[in-house]
Amino acid sequence: MKRALVLGTLAVACAAVAQTPDPTAAEFDKFREIMEQDNPAELFEVKGEELWKTPRGPKNASLEKCDLGLGPGVVKGAYAQTPRYFADVDRVMDAEARIVHCMITLQGFTQAELAKAPFSSLVRTPEPVSIVTYVAAQSRGMKFASPQNHVKERAAYETGKAIFHYRAGAFDFSCASCHGVDDKRIRTQPLPNFTKPEQAIRAVQGWPGYRMTGGVMHSLQWRLNDCYRQQRFPEPGYASETLSALLTYVTVNANGHVYRGPGIKR
Amino acid sequence: MKLASAGLLAVAAALLASCATPQRDYQPDALAMMKRDFHARGSAGMDRLNQDSVQAACNKYKDEPPQGVADKLQKEQLAAIKWPADGKLLGDWKAGEKIAQNGRGMAWNDKGGVGGSCYNCHQVGPRESSFGTVGPSLYQFAKKRGYGADIQRYAYGKIYNAKAYSLCSQMPRMGHVGALTEQQMKDLTALLMDPASPVNQ
Repeated sequence: MKRALVLGTLAVACAAVAQTPDPTAAEFDKFREIMEQDNPAELFEVKGEELWKTPRGPKNASLEKCDLGLGPGVVKGAYAQTPRYFADVDRVMDAEARIVHCMITLQGFTQAELAKAPFSSLVRTPEPVSIVTYVAAQSRGMKFASPQNHVKERAAYETGKAIFHYRAGAFDFSCASCHGVDDKRIRTQPLPNFTKPEQAIRAVQGWPGYRMTGGVMHSLQWRLNDCYRQQRFPEPGYASETLSALLTYVTVNANGHVYRGPGIKR
Repeated sequence: MKLASAGLLAVAAALLASCATPQRDYQPDALAMMKRDFHARGSAGMDRLNQDSVQAACNKYKDEPPQGVADKLQKEQLAAIKWPADGKLLGDWKAGEKIAQNGRGMAWNDKGGVGGSCYNCHQVGPRESSFGTVGPSLYQFAKKRGYGADIQRYAYGKIYNAKAYSLCSQMPRMGHVGALTEQQMKDLTALLMDPASPVNQ
């Protein structure tokens, strides 16, 4: 019985290796599956929910009136339907940019203080990171459906596409240098091609993610920031329109794929 | 009346068709947005958002420039290569291997003259199994191509400025932008060209 189980497991493992050309990636996928059953991201989800519901900031208000696109206070399904157009600011925002907007307008925080140190370290997880983890978790199991109805949503997609392909900087790189072709890798890291729908999902799946390198929780804002560092560009502004446009491009490309919720990253 | 409404319908249909397929170039919008949203950090100034002639051509033609454009710009890039004054192109392959392994340089907290990032994209020596595949394998570079002066010159020139040989190559212009020093490029050339280098075993 035990032997049959072991053999069965081996067969499954071998099948997984056979399907993926890169055995390192296959091993990591298995490891991630196990880890995701007990994901440290859940701790940040709980913290984020508390932050969402607690009156805070100079205006001593909670975020429960924050409109993430589906109406004030509606969190369920909202993350999978961002980036989207928001009439009150007359622009497209991604989920974290919208949360930052709500923290400013409802709670009285300032853009400057939120943008000062927006990424997690071993000693500190910025509040928007926990909040976006909570919000994202409420879209677990839902399909990405970033809308393309408003003229500015379509413009954000096209602008994001142009940003994605724009080569400049010390190394002549664009986002497409790494993520515009199939089946390439940097060192042993496979590079998904985000211009194709079936691979674009890998740009947004697993984020926000608990990153084992460094042991911290990161959102897509951090991921894009680190891409631009490696692209040898100057630094993009936190929660800026540029990043919302880029996220519109990759998320719309990934529309229709199921979001698995906050994940684990290498 | 009927004619007028048919005409209106035709105009509406044409408008809809133009909505469905975006006709205009969004690159100016993209660049304006980035210039507003980015800021200088460390060694990376805002000037890095500007395109030089090569980047502008590759952006304009989506990495497939017409032959005439490519020939003219490649000639310019080749003419701008500063060849070593002492005429020697081969340094120390052991130092070259370390430079090839080092992936740092030209990012916010780096300066030039640190690493070549070669293994990020290329297979180079036979002992390193963690290599990228964005660029072609360089294993047995000279063993396959020959050890002559022309190949040496090609190797050094390609490291100095890959765009002098293939305008929209994805490879950075290591010498042209000052990411590597002359000595470092000589060491890397030795890594590829020295008969004793593990690359050529």
